[in-house]
Parts: sequence; C-alpha cells; structure tokens
Amino acid sequence: MADFEAREPESKVQLASESGGAGAIPTFDVTVQVRRYNPEVSSEAHWDEFKLTMYGTDRVLDALHKIKWELDGSLSFRRSCAHGICGSDAMRINGRNRLACKTLLKDLDLTKPITIEPIKGLPCEKDLIVDMEPFFQAYREIMPFLVNDTHEPERERLQSQEERARFDDTTKCILCAACTSSCPIFWTDGQYFGPSAIVNAHRFIFDSRDDAGDMRLEILNDKEGVWRCRTTFNCTEACPRGIEITKAIAEVKQAILARSL
Amino acid sequence: MQVHKYDVVIIGAGGAGMRAAIEAGQRVRTAVLTKLYPTRSHTGAAQGGMCAALANVEEDNWEWHTFDTIKGGDYLVDQDSAEVMAKEAIDAVLDLEKMGLPFNRTPEGRIDQRRFGGHTRDHGKAPVRRACYAADRTGHMILQTLYQNCVKHNVEFYNEYYVLDLIMVEDEEGQRRPAGVVSYDLATGDVHVFQAKSVIFASGGCGKIFKTTSNAHTLTGDGMAIAWRRGIPLEDMEFVQFHPTGLAGLGILVSEAARGEGGILRNSDGERFMERYAPTIKDLAPRDIVARSMANEVREGRGCGPNKDYVLLDLTHLEPAHIDEKLPDITEFARTYLGVEPYTEPVPVFPTAHYAMGGIPTNIKAEVHSDSEKTIPGLYAAGEVACVSVHGSNRLGTNSLLDINVFGKRAGIYAAEYAAGADFLPIPEDAADDTLNLLNRIRKGEGSEKVGQLRKELQDVMDADMQVFRTEETIHNAVRKIVELEERYKNIQIQDKGKRFNLDLLEAVELGFLLELAKVMSVAALHRKESRGGHFREDYPDRDDANFMKHSMVYRDDSAEMEGIKGLRFDTKPVTFTRYEPMERKY
Repeated sequence: MADFEAREPESKVQLASESGGAGAIPTFDVTVQVRRYNPEVSSEAHWDEFKLTMYGTDRVLDALHKIKWELDGSLSFRRSCAHGICGSDAMRINGRNRLACKTLLKDLDLTKPITIEPIKGLPCEKDLIVDMEPFFQAYREIMPFLVNDTHEPERERLQSQEERARFDDTTKCILCAACTSSCPIFWTDGQYFGPSAIVNAHRFIFDSRDDAGDMRLEILNDKEGVWRCRTTFNCTEACPRGIEITKAIAEVKQAILARSL
Repeated sequence: MQVHKYDVVIIGAGGAGMRAAIEAGQRVRTAVLTKLYPTRSHTGAAQGGMCAALANVEEDNWEWHTFDTIKGGDYLVDQDSAEVMAKEAIDAVLDLEKMGLPFNRTPEGRIDQRRFGGHTRDHGKAPVRRACYAADRTGHMILQTLYQNCVKHNVEFYNEYYVLDLIMVEDEEGQRRPAGVVSYDLATGDVHVFQAKSVIFASGGCGKIFKTTSNAHTLTGDGMAIAWRRGIPLEDMEFVQFHPTGLAGLGILVSEAARGEGGILRNSDGERFMERYAPTIKDLAPRDIVARSMANEVREGRGCGPNKDYVLLDLTHLEPAHIDEKLPDITEFARTYLGVEPYTEPVPVFPTAHYAMGGIPTNIKAEVHSDSEKTIPGLYAAGEVACVSVHGSNRLGTNSLLDINVFGKRAGIYAAEYAAGADFLPIPEDAADDTLNLLNRIRKGEGSEKVGQLRKELQDVMDADMQVFRTEETIHNAVRKIVELEERYKNIQIQDKGKRFNLDLLEAVELGFLLELAKVMSVAALHRKESRGGHFREDYPDRDDANFMKHSMVYRDDSAEMEGIKGLRFDTKPVTFTRYEPMERKY
C-alpha cells in the first residue's frame, strides 16, 4: 500500500447539530442474577438476585461493581482494564461468553433478569473466578514464542506487508479464555488444547520470521490437537476481539495435511 | 508462613517487570510477583507506538529525540536519563522485533513509523515520523511479546500475589538495604515472605486516585506507597499527565495516534482550535498543552454536547480503509462505548488522568535513591512506578513504552549483577508482622464506612480540584478532603471475612495506598508555586526556573510538617543538565 497522507483538514467545518453522541443519559432498572459459589461457606452453588438502577452507557462490569461496592462486598470476580483489552473478565452473560466490560447493559434484553455465571470447563474457585492454570498450560505447550536460530541481522528482520498481514488476525488474542471455555469439546475433554492455544500457535506458524512451524504442527497433530475441533463456531462467536478462530483452526489443519503430502 | 528464596524478586509483570525478568532470569534465580496474571497488565492498553530514531521513513537521529523529550518535559527532565533512553531506544525496538513483535511494515519490509505529539525534526521544525507501531495496539503486542519470551526462558511467575511490604534491614555497615518482600496470595489468603538479594519495583502507576482515568482498576500505586511507607522518598509526584483524548464521560483512552494519522480536535463552532494554541504543530502539541487547551475551550463555553462539557475528535476526513488499518481498536471503542461511528461522526473526548511522571526516584542504572544523593544497594525500580526523570513535568507520547523497555532491561541487568556478588540478608523474625496486623485490622473493622464510598469521594475531589487547572484554593480543598477521608478510613468495615480470593480485603488495602499517594501528590502540588508541564497553577501561571527548576522529594516523616500538613517532609533534588539550556516552551 502506498503511504497515506491525510489532506490538510479545514480549519473550520459545519458540525451536524446532533454530532457527537447522546443527549441526556437515561437511567433504567435491571435485575441481575449471579451464580454464587464459595467453598469456604458451602460446597453447593446458588443464585443471588440483585435489583439495580443503572445508566445508559453502563456495562455489565458496572453492574457487578455496583453490587460489590454498595450491596455485597463478598461478590468476587476478576477485572482490570475495564475496556476489553486485558482479558480478565470473561464470563457467561445470558448463556453467552463475553467480557463484562465490553457488554453494554442497554444491548441486553432488560425485560428479563440478566444471568451471570463463570465460564465453563475450568474449575470454579469462587463466584465468577475460575482456575486459569489449565488454560495457560495449554498455551505454554504450543511454544508461544518466535523461534529463529538463523544469523541475527544487525537491524530488524525484513517482513513484507503481505507477510505481516498473513497472521494479523491471530495477534489480537488477549488470552481471556472466552473461546476455549465456550467449546463443547473442551467441556467434555479438558485435555484438548482448545481454540485459544491453536490461535496462538497459528500466530507463529504463519509468521514468515518463524522456523518452528513444523514442531508446532506436530504438537497440534496430537489426538488432543486440532482434529478434535468439530467446527461448531462457538469460539468465533465468543471472541471479544473478533478473531476468526474457526478459520484459523482450519488453516492449521490444512497446514498439517499439506505437510504430510 | 512460607519463605521463598530468590536472587532477584521483581514486583509487577507489565512491560518493565517482564523486560527486567528476561534479563535477570537468564543470569540468576529470579521470581516475578504480580497481583494479576502477566498478560492482564496495563502495558497492554497502550496503543499508539514506541518512539526510536530508526530513520526508516525519514531523516531522524537520537539527539533530536533527546531534545524533544527534554523540551516536552518542560526542562525538568534529567538530561543524562533522556540521552540514555533516546540512544538505547533503537536497540530496544530492534530487541522487540527480534523477540517476535509484529510491527507494521514499510513497503520495503522495514519497521514503519508514524508521527506523534511533541516528536519533531531538527529541534521543533516539524513533526517527524518516529513512532514504531503495531496498528493501535502496540502496548498489547509489547506485553504479549514479552510474556512469550518469559515463557521461552522459563521465568517463574507468582500470579495473583499482592506485594504488600518491602523488608528493609541494616547490613553490617549500617547501610539500609532490602532483604525481601512480604506478599499475599489471593487464592489462599496466605502471607508469603520472599527473601531476595535484589528487589525491583515494576508495579506501575496510580491513576485510580482520579475518577476519570484511562488507568485500570488495579492501578492503585501499590509500589510507590509501599516504598514511601518504608522511608523512601517520592519524586515529582505533583506531575500527572492528563491525556487529551479520553472518551467523554468514560476516560477510556483514544490514542494520540488518531491525531498522528491526521485526526483533528474541534470545538462547538467546528473550529480547529489547536491552531490558536500551538500554531506550528497544532493538534500534535504535547499532551499537557492540548489537554489544557481543550479544558479551556470547554470553560469558555465552546464545549459540545448537551452539557457543553467535551470537544470533538474529527476523523471523518480520513479514508475508512486507512482508519481500519491504522486505528481499528480505538474506533471500535467509540462504537462500542459511545455508539459513535468515527467514519462519519466526530468522537466526543475530554482529558483523562493517564500517567504519573513522578514516583520512586532512580538513576540511569535503575537504582533507587534513599535521598537526593545516595542510592540503596540492591533496590531498583523501572517504568511508571519509578522517576528516573526522563519525563520531567510532562511525558511525550510513546516514551512510556520506551521507558519500560530501556529501564526495565537496565534494572534486570543491574539487579542480577548486584545479586551475583551479594549475600542474602537475614529476614527479621517480625518481618511480616506489619502486613499481618494491617490485614487483621481491616478484617476485624466494625466501623460504618464503606471502601467504595470513600474511594469515590477521593476520586471526585481529585477530579474536581487536582485536574488540569489548579489553584492554592482547589489544592487546599483536596488536601482537607484527603485528611478527612484518612480519618474515616480508620473506621471501615468490609463484608468478606474469608480467606479465598478476598478482593474486598485487597480493595481496602489499595484504598490506603491511594489515600497516602493523593496526599503526597496534593501537598507537592501546593508547594510548587509555578506552572510547568502537567502541573498548571492558575495563581502562578508562569514557569519559575529561579525557584522551581528542581525535583520535589517528599518523605514520610512523622515528626515533620510540610505546607502545614503533618507527617511529610520536603526536600529537593537538582535537575541534571548535560547540553540543553532551558528555553521558553513554544510549539
């Protein structure tokens, strides 16, 4: 692509009278049902219901904070950046895996209670907090780092814009586990690498600078590897970063087949 | 109580901590303690780029970068540090590329570069393309790449371990040195002691002092507050950067890259108002100037929206394909959170608390200062928690990603070298007592105050009185409120009394950190009766080099008093000059 130079913008423009977002922000009432579990108290999980008044731009995370800060300080969930980039707050919201900080309340059906549960397939530790270790274990096993033992150039390694674009989609992963914990294969077989690990393998397999593609394909050719994927597309739908995960898995499958020919 | 033993212990697993870990981990036995998981760290939220004078797309050199950094910081920058950073920037970028970072590329396959605020050609003549980037997710790529390389090198992480205290002891020569840290395991509620020869603070900033902030909920200044409680001074805490373009009402960051790629700011008249404030580089003036200009437009009645309380970032003249390629994430934020389509509608923006220029004082070897002259053997800091003073009174965009890489690497190397030649210091019997007492006191508190309410009141007063415009009166108001909140903090009650994943307890501890740092920040702001960089006093609108060309150093001292506030002691530290004489700062 040729370099793009913005033309010098006008010093003054006519703004649309409505430009720039909302008018007065409306408030509304929501009912939130949260699945609670604390093994220090009981080995059984249960549902708690909260009625809240929220604002137009509030997210599910704001509702959880309102509960924690004003009603029940013991409600436990992970969060950090609060705008969909750190990957801490993946949870099941109305039965779908999403990030709480990226789900606006007004976009949900507010005539019914909103249900919030921990993501599935990973052991629940407390309320909405799950044990992430099995997830990161699978990630570590696919060699998630650039391998290139050839002579190091003094400056950067060259890579064309097309080569860079080849794996752009899978570099967006934030390791939130929304995809892996939406996968029915992963729910029944915790040994399966899961979509996120495959996405991160894809990111290196298709990086022109990397030399360990064959080793990663070998790892993913395992019985717990890519062949377990049944193309249900749950992962693609769950990804808060819009990564075409099922397509990435298919490309890894094709790469394994191409290699064995 | 469990005791662990490592040569080097690193507190924090963002960019600085992991860059240090890659170096230290290959040299000596190293552990990284983080209150999150490494990939959750806020380095990942950085967007626009990392500057280095690679000269891949136009003429550039590291000396120009040094000058821009010093001028951008309104001459409060330690010039030796800025030289180190600008010079080592080139290798820092190349290191990341070799580790695998997927930078955007030029048609020739080299690392592409773009414009960024305050970065200029030949000492201010025109904007220069210096920022190396990966779309508008450069921080995400840096964080992922560093974590990937930590996995490659088998770095040992202790995830969700909150460090709550620094163990300082006297060695045989009577020198105070770190012997380790005390930490709290979130999963179990157990307290662990980590014995170490070297300790590196890399725990990030304290943006949650403010209500409107681009910072994560977890950025509560833990490292700064822990060091301060143990007698280590904090430097230049009055200088906070307010990023011009936070999404209005939310504070979510919209990268300066939006302006680097051609976006412009407009007021309610549709006017490109930055032409009046910075005629040469306009919308690409440094952040303090743009943020104040925006706030001034709003104050003078030219704000937009129903309450006239924000201005507009206009990208509508850019090609949608260009926006998609260069600014995909931030335009999605505008769609998701404000329902605004940046192809066709301007985006409502207003300044948001973004970065602490001040912090734990360090030198170019990342060694922590115990006072204006001496350093503490074995204690290091890097990144936002530190003040090596490359940013002075206002940081230039992209220089934080650079800071964490350059000084994170240096901290890792020097801490490992020190540890290789040092002995462990014995851990005192009562090393964890202060932490255990603190936790017990909060757990058993039966008062009527709630943590969430106190934190909200703190953040409200800091937004109202300590933002881009300050006066003696507003700062006094903030200090009065903080002192009141400190009293009420003694009377809190939490609801979660359990051991597992007790975030209720940790939020109470974090509020204690925020209150202390807010006080240091405000009292330092009271003392600095001039305007410089991010600190603007309407009652003292000019820079006053005769009286204030020096770093503030605030100490915890129960027997002292500063600006009428008990418990703080004030001192100064000279600014290091090498070759640049202070000039008036015009753009």
